[in-house]
Amino acid sequence: MSETNEMNGAAPLRLTLYVAGQTPKSVAAIRNLERICGEHLGPGRYLIDVIDLRQSPHLAREHNIVAIPTLVRQLPVPIQKIIGDLSDTQKVLVSLQIDTSR
Amino acid sequence: MAAGVQKVPTGIEGFDDLTLGGLPRGRPTLVCGSAGCGKTLFASTFLAKGARDHGENGVFVSFEERPDDIVDNVASLGFGFDELIADGRIFIEHITINPAELAEVGDYDLEALFMRLELAVEAVGAKRIVLDTIESLFSAFTNVAVLRAEIRRLFDWLKERGLTAVITGERGEGALTRQGLEEYVSDCVVLLDHRVENQVSTRRLRIVKYRGTAHGTNEYPFLIAADGFSVLPVSALGLGHMVHEGRISSGIPDLDDMLTGGGFHRGSSILLSGVAGSGKSSIAASFLAAACAAGERALYFSFEESGAQTVRNMRSIGLDLGRYVENGQLSMHASRPTFYSLEMHLAIMLRDVARMQPSLVVLDPISAFLDAGDHRDVQAMLLRVIDYLKSHGITGLFTHLSHEHGSVQTDAGLSSLMDAWVLLLNREANGEFNRELYLLKARGISHSNQVREFVMTDHGISLIRPYLGEQGALTGSARRAEEARLRREQAQRRLDAEVVEQRLEQRRRRTLAQIDALRAELEAEELEFRSVAEGRRRFDAQAQSDRLAMAKSRRAQAADVGDE
Repeated sequence: MSETNEMNGAAPLRLTLYVAGQTPKSVAAIRNLERICGEHLGPGRYLIDVIDLRQSPHLAREHNIVAIPTLVRQLPVPIQKIIGDLSDTQKVLVSLQIDTSR
Repeated sequence: MAAGVQKVPTGIEGFDDLTLGGLPRGRPTLVCGSAGCGKTLFASTFLAKGARDHGENGVFVSFEERPDDIVDNVASLGFGFDELIADGRIFIEHITINPAELAEVGDYDLEALFMRLELAVEAVGAKRIVLDTIESLFSAFTNVAVLRAEIRRLFDWLKERGLTAVITGERGEGALTRQGLEEYVSDCVVLLDHRVENQVSTRRLRIVKYRGTAHGTNEYPFLIAADGFSVLPVSALGLGHMVHEGRISSGIPDLDDMLTGGGFHRGSSILLSGVAGSGKSSIAASFLAAACAAGERALYFSFEESGAQTVRNMRSIGLDLGRYVENGQLSMHASRPTFYSLEMHLAIMLRDVARMQPSLVVLDPISAFLDAGDHRDVQAMLLRVIDYLKSHGITGLFTHLSHEHGSVQTDAGLSSLMDAWVLLLNREANGEFNRELYLLKARGISHSNQVREFVMTDHGISLIRPYLGEQGALTGSARRAEEARLRREQAQRRLDAEVVEQRLEQRRRRTLAQIDALRAELEAEELEFRSVAEGRRRFDAQAQSDRLAMAKSRRAQAADVGDE
């Protein structure tokens, strides 16, 4: 399924990044995510939402977030979560199942 | 008690007594134990009672069970958890982490968890919080260094907020908790245990530490029953028994009379021992009826027969216990000794006593426990019961089934615990058994030394006057035979006296008759004498007159002569 999507590029990655204010870890995570997506995915192949829980803390409960920063891959299913500042590019790519050979 | 430690009542029956007030206010308490030992229930009770009875709202942070399950689990206990939630007094925060969908890349913290807790606490203005169980985090996250730092921060956060917290933890190998949570909680640690011995399971609670305050250090059995979690501090914390001067009636006036002053000391422990069928339960029932008739409350623990059966059986000796059961003065609890462990029995008994506050408690029979447990354990248990009853001024009546007739030795261990001991004998003599009763001891009361026979009739129990025959005290038909013999003797003596009296009467009558005869004879003789005398007198008179007549005639002749 996901293979087909990636081949024809029909379904973009939908990513949500939960951060809490401008902490070093949050800032690092945002920067790392943008870099990884920019380098390994073409434009339009991904969609990033950054949610600052400091602004809307109730979302932590609604979206069941515990750790900060948390990256959630909403699409394609199944939902996948990565916690941490995303400093290891390879691990992020594996976890998001992004085929880097292309 | 240290001035610095303020306490928050948990509302868990018994626990607050044990800790002299409850859990440390504004501090975390670790409640640990193996699976299924009641940690979550302890925590739920703490929250529910806090919100309902102490005006302290709470947050339940569940890392395992879903909120619906938590509500369902305690629904039967009548806490009204769902209502408290609806009223905004309890808030359930469910935190789930599925490790399968989680990857860790780089540095992170649990800031979102703190935010959620913050929101939850603010939502209800919580003063209490439960974390059940925070150890789940260890299976979700692999970076232990981060986790430990965050947990430490969490405990600091709880203290900063002044939240009284209950943190549950799973019992680990050789440590209180698997993840060493005890190192973060330095104020109060409670250990719950669930053990099976001789196929009987017992739950026990121990306060491992409680900084800055006195507390009971023993293991205390606790019970999860229909009405929730109750712990019982079963050993008295002191020996400061109150001494009661009043007396309590046995319901058998004759027995009361055997004790100088009438009846047993209130608050004393009374042992009723005897072989099977010697009337232990009946006398116990008589005590119960007497206490109820005096307007007091009584509690009856039966380990052999059901309450309904006791009520029925006692009707046959004219004791209507059913009436008192209905109006609530008498409470009957029947359970097999093997149903619970000794400590659990003890815990339940003490709990019921504490709830009902009776003036008389009957355990019938305590010997049933000897089959369920070790002799020494039974004695220790009874000691606790007696201590508890005494310290509350409650009279305790214990029946004991002895297997040997009039056996005193087997009960030696119990004897020292008892203030009074009524020995029931069922003695065989002349081919029949008769019930006898003897006051072996009664501390502080001078008492009769007689062995008394007692009979059970449909009017109740009564003692028969001591009957001393030629070979000692007589009972039963021997007594009746002796009485009959005496009656016969008396009759005989009466008969003899009558014969003597009749004989005397006859003699008197005979004598009187003789007197009459003699008197008659005398009268006859007097009559004869009088007639003779009359004859004589008449003869004399006639003679005189004759002489005079003669003289007259002679004078006439002489005068003629003379005159001439």
